Amino acid sequence: MTETTFDDRTGDAAEGDRKKIMATLAAATPEAIAGKYENLSPPSFELVRQPETGLVMVRGRMGGTGSPFNLGEVTVTRCVVRLETGETGSAYSLGRNKKKALHSAVIDALWQRPETRARIENDIIAPLAAAQETAKETVRQETGATRVDFFTMVRGDN
Amino acid sequence: MYVAVKGGEKAIRNAHKLTAKRRRGDTSVPALTLEQIAQQLSHSVARVMGEGSLYDETLAALAIKQARGDLIEAAFLMRAYRTTLPRFGYSTPVDTGAMLVERRVSATYKDLPGGQVLGPTFDYSHRLLDFALAAEDDGAQLPVETAQSEDRPMPRVTDLLGDEGLMEPDPVTDEDAPVGDLTREPLSFPADRDLRLQNLARGDEGFLLALAYSTQRGYGRTHPFAGEIRYGEVEVEFFAEELGFAVTLGAIKVTECQMVNQFAGSAQAAPTFTRGYGLVFGQVERKAMSMAMVDRSMRWQELGEEQVAPAQDIEFVLSHSDNIQATGFVEHLKLPHYVDFQAELDLVRRMRAEWFGRREQQEEGEAATEAAQ
Repeated sequence: MTETTFDDRTGDAAEGDRKKIMATLAAATPEAIAGKYENLSPPSFELVRQPETGLVMVRGRMGGTGSPFNLGEVTVTRCVVRLETGETGSAYSLGRNKKKALHSAVIDALWQRPETRARIENDIIAPLAAAQETAKETVRQETGATRVDFFTMVRGDN
Repeated sequence: MYVAVKGGEKAIRNAHKLTAKRRRGDTSVPALTLEQIAQQLSHSVARVMGEGSLYDETLAALAIKQARGDLIEAAFLMRAYRTTLPRFGYSTPVDTGAMLVERRVSATYKDLPGGQVLGPTFDYSHRLLDFALAAEDDGAQLPVETAQSEDRPMPRVTDLLGDEGLMEPDPVTDEDAPVGDLTREPLSFPADRDLRLQNLARGDEGFLLALAYSTQRGYGRTHPFAGEIRYGEVEVEFFAEELGFAVTLGAIKVTECQMVNQFAGSAQAAPTFTRGYGLVFGQVERKAMSMAMVDRSMRWQELGEEQVAPAQDIEFVLSHSDNIQATGFVEHLKLPHYVDFQAELDLVRRMRAEWFGRREQQEEGEAATEAAQ
């Protein structure tokens, strides 16, 4: 699903932003999130859905673009919290780390609160996203050095 | 016949304690950490995740440690663990076209959009043991080169052929059409391609390799070219009902193989290349290639070919590809079959008694005839 189709369908850009926030949190390590969470002076919240680990069956497509088939499962942990101020935050990410799910859900809820959104974006999301982009860039650069430059041997006339 | 037998509990308990001790080995040698296994034995981890049909690197590392490196036993542990977890649902299909590519090669085109990138590979190495790794922990590590990254698109080779009409199109069904799932209903025949691909994706690497090899050696030739092999990270998305949108769960590493095979066509349809498809967890190229070749072989009926070889026999392939099932049935022979065997003992004794009885009669008969003569 690209964001464009997503936004076209719902007509809600904010939802696209939230999707990005949640994706950045999901891609971060539990340690990175815990570090950011400690600095937050976490708010009061209640658990709507306890951190829970389960399975999602990953699908592929025949030939890459054809009909779907089931490839295999991944472990996923999710959590839903509600802040005292009423915002509901959710987290979904690969793996089995419940603390990460809880922290991510609280951060997601705080992002939805207009009063704390900027702080969450600047102090948590931006640095996490930057670190993730740097890691991807390293992979691209290291991979790029293994790109093959073909040259053709020219045969002589005799 | 199975009869409950009691006894041996103490022996079993002690055997398990001994296994634990042997697993750990010499305690003056540091124990393996899961991080070490996940980082440094990544191909083992990938194989266990693929054949265990559960992507979780830390769990696979634990399974390998617990199984003392027995990868089929480790995959078995993964399959057992997954039964303890609830199923949240199905992901949206991963888009391998949007992969963060770490390796991409094609044996069909030298110059193709996005280029050929070798990435991490054993190919082109001389397969000489590197004693530097034995002498020092990290061996003689050379600094890795980097190049200006080019974020240029890497269209699939099959799509390039498809644009020219030279490749059969991928089958497309209605997005809401049911997709077969082996973890929900047992395999039955005839099995459609969705079930076949799921079965192959979690099938035994060695079995699929042997079958793929058999097709190259003449047992059901499919004339394959490695159109493209790509390895890297793809994002997994899951539609969360309560949120009303698809959330990104994170990225997993997969290997995809597109085999380009010889032709199909009819009076109605112009000749085109045909294809076999492989997709597996982690960097497991040998299996992705084998999967694509076996997938193509099993499509004989739909492509109007003759069935002449084991790799084309859907029931044979799918029924024997799962090494957890196979090991269960083969290894159950170690369990007590005392009563079964008792029955066979009785039978063979009776057969022998009858045989000796008949021979005695025959000998007596012959002796009587001789005496009469």
